[in-house]
Amino acid sequence: MAHNSSTKTLYQKIYASHVVGKLNPSTDLLFVDRHLIHEVTSPQAFSGLKLANRSVRRPDLTFATMDHNVSTQRRSIDAAGETSRKQLEALATNCSENNIPLLDLTHPDQGIVHVIGPEQGLTQPGMIIVCGDSHTSTHGAFGALAFGIGTSEVEHVLATQTLPQQQAKTLKVEINGELSSHVTPKDVIMAVIGKLGTAGGNGYVAEFCGSAIAAMSMEGRMTLCNMSIEMGAKAGLIAPDQTTFDYIKDKAHAPQAQHWDAAVQYWQSLYSDADAVFDHTVTIDASSITPQITWGTNPEQVMAVDQNVPSPASFSDATKREAAERALAYMGLEPGQKLTDCQVDVVFIGSCTNSRIEDLRAAASVVQGKQVATGVRALVVPGSGIVKRQAEAEGLADIFKSAGFEWREPGCSMCLGMNDDRVEAGQRCASTSNRNFEGRQGRGARTHLVSPAMAAAAAIAGKFVNIAAQAPAAATVAGEQA
Amino acid sequence: MSKVFAEGLVCPLDKNNVDTDQIIPKQFLTSVSRDGFAEAMFFDWRYLADGSPNPDFVINKPEYAGASILLTRANFGCGSSREHAPWAIQQYGFNVIIAESFADIFFNNSVNNGMLLIQLSKTNIDLLFNRCQQGPQHWQIDLASQEIMFGNNAALGFKIDADIKQRLLAGLDFIGSSEQLNPQIADFEKSRKASQPWLG
Repeated sequence: MAHNSSTKTLYQKIYASHVVGKLNPSTDLLFVDRHLIHEVTSPQAFSGLKLANRSVRRPDLTFATMDHNVSTQRRSIDAAGETSRKQLEALATNCSENNIPLLDLTHPDQGIVHVIGPEQGLTQPGMIIVCGDSHTSTHGAFGALAFGIGTSEVEHVLATQTLPQQQAKTLKVEINGELSSHVTPKDVIMAVIGKLGTAGGNGYVAEFCGSAIAAMSMEGRMTLCNMSIEMGAKAGLIAPDQTTFDYIKDKAHAPQAQHWDAAVQYWQSLYSDADAVFDHTVTIDASSITPQITWGTNPEQVMAVDQNVPSPASFSDATKREAAERALAYMGLEPGQKLTDCQVDVVFIGSCTNSRIEDLRAAASVVQGKQVATGVRALVVPGSGIVKRQAEAEGLADIFKSAGFEWREPGCSMCLGMNDDRVEAGQRCASTSNRNFEGRQGRGARTHLVSPAMAAAAAIAGKFVNIAAQAPAAATVAGEQA
Repeated sequence: MSKVFAEGLVCPLDKNNVDTDQIIPKQFLTSVSRDGFAEAMFFDWRYLADGSPNPDFVINKPEYAGASILLTRANFGCGSSREHAPWAIQQYGFNVIIAESFADIFFNNSVNNGMLLIQLSKTNIDLLFNRCQQGPQHWQIDLASQEIMFGNNAALGFKIDADIKQRLLAGLDFIGSSEQLNPQIADFEKSRKASQPWLG
């Protein structure tokens, strides 16, 4: 890019500060500050290391958890079937042989990798964070450059604590104004994906900014950055601010007291220069965003919940028209239909997108004092042991359980159905997860992505609900803390 | 070195946004091995509910048996970072994928397995699909000259990142090449420790 080299975007600053050396004219070797690993995408990397007689260069910068295929019914390595047990055991063995800290199923803080990284204070501004998981983009909420990698790259990072990279293009997504009540960060990112498309961010690192982002909590920012991958962006980024610093302070792996001031001083230098040039800029008025729901089989097939399912004929682009036809057939929907008339069979509240305490509070405030509709199977899967304990302490778990929700152990669960939490063929699921791909939650499963409050409302009504049209949100849930 | 990087029968998969959940569904990801994914490729499209091959899915059509070049459309490989997706495609027998665009992680994963991913404009992708409609195609890919050769001296050029081209042609060791910078990595670690001691 022919930009003035003295002004940089946040992405460019982080990239430049991690260059170890040049591998090729356009490829740099970047240092990795945190490498998060889990059971599914790491075993072949460890086998590769062994085969080549290589060791883990920085086990102290590597952290592991069990999340993707664990049972959420019982905290036992045996509870998720034989092949899953073997994979979990392989992770445990690989971690113990290489001195890598592991939050296994016996650890009280075990949980989804993108929930526990921030919770443990492992995620900090200015870092490069990688993980063999596409939703690593979540950690960009802290002003860290965080992205998903494949298993060959996992092996590369284990061996060298570095990764070859080329500079990505830069995308600015500026969201100004106030969000309407009932509109959550989930709705914001779904609206952004609807606008840019599922490949709109390919080749870009997206930086979110503007007054609506500045007003968002860290958990909201994580939801936003989490789904940047769903528009194809390499990473999502938000410049760190006081909200970020306050979140990190006193976390287990936060900078120690004697380094805190120096760390914050460095973090305060992490922003895009005022005159930095982005390759592409999108501006969105926060007040124009309404509660969103996907109607199709990729995240760009999304609409406001009070809209009608679009007609394929309304798409001028032939490939989008065909994709819409195929999606409606798979989803069992007709053009013009209202999703608020549509029965749901399953409700899933969880995943690295929406399983944190604020998500559970929002869902519980809708559920409180009500019952899950007859015939609806509803699950709440907290993102980590810490979230679970807090939700129990605040009385949220009791609200869910007395309403008829199943209250589960932490894990990825029904977001991708690697364990036994699956949606059956033909069933319609209101899900707070991140992907509505064909078969994602189970073969033939029909996934509608929504916010936690929308999912909770669907569980109670037995069909999708426009929560913005309902009475104002219930008073704060008992025990809720600011 | 042979002039031809790859050659073979072309299988046209006429879809946009093929995600890695489609390329290889979740139930095959519990393996700890790098092998054995060929049968799982495109599982939900490729097999009917009773486990028999779906005769309507392009991969299963007899005229495409043994194909080694996959032709598809935009944003191929979006979604999950699972490297099991390129492993499955490669183990099935495809070593070249031609598309309008690829998702970033899938692209890197494929290159790291020595696969050649060729990105072309929508116009050219349309042209290639049109060729496939005329009957089964057998193409040669010359990576050195960056050309897809259709036979009868007809060819279409393509662009590729110079570093990736060199890696594919030379078959460079992914980790080994970076390890040549081990002294620089050690220096970086030292200065990082000194300037940002909180990072560990």
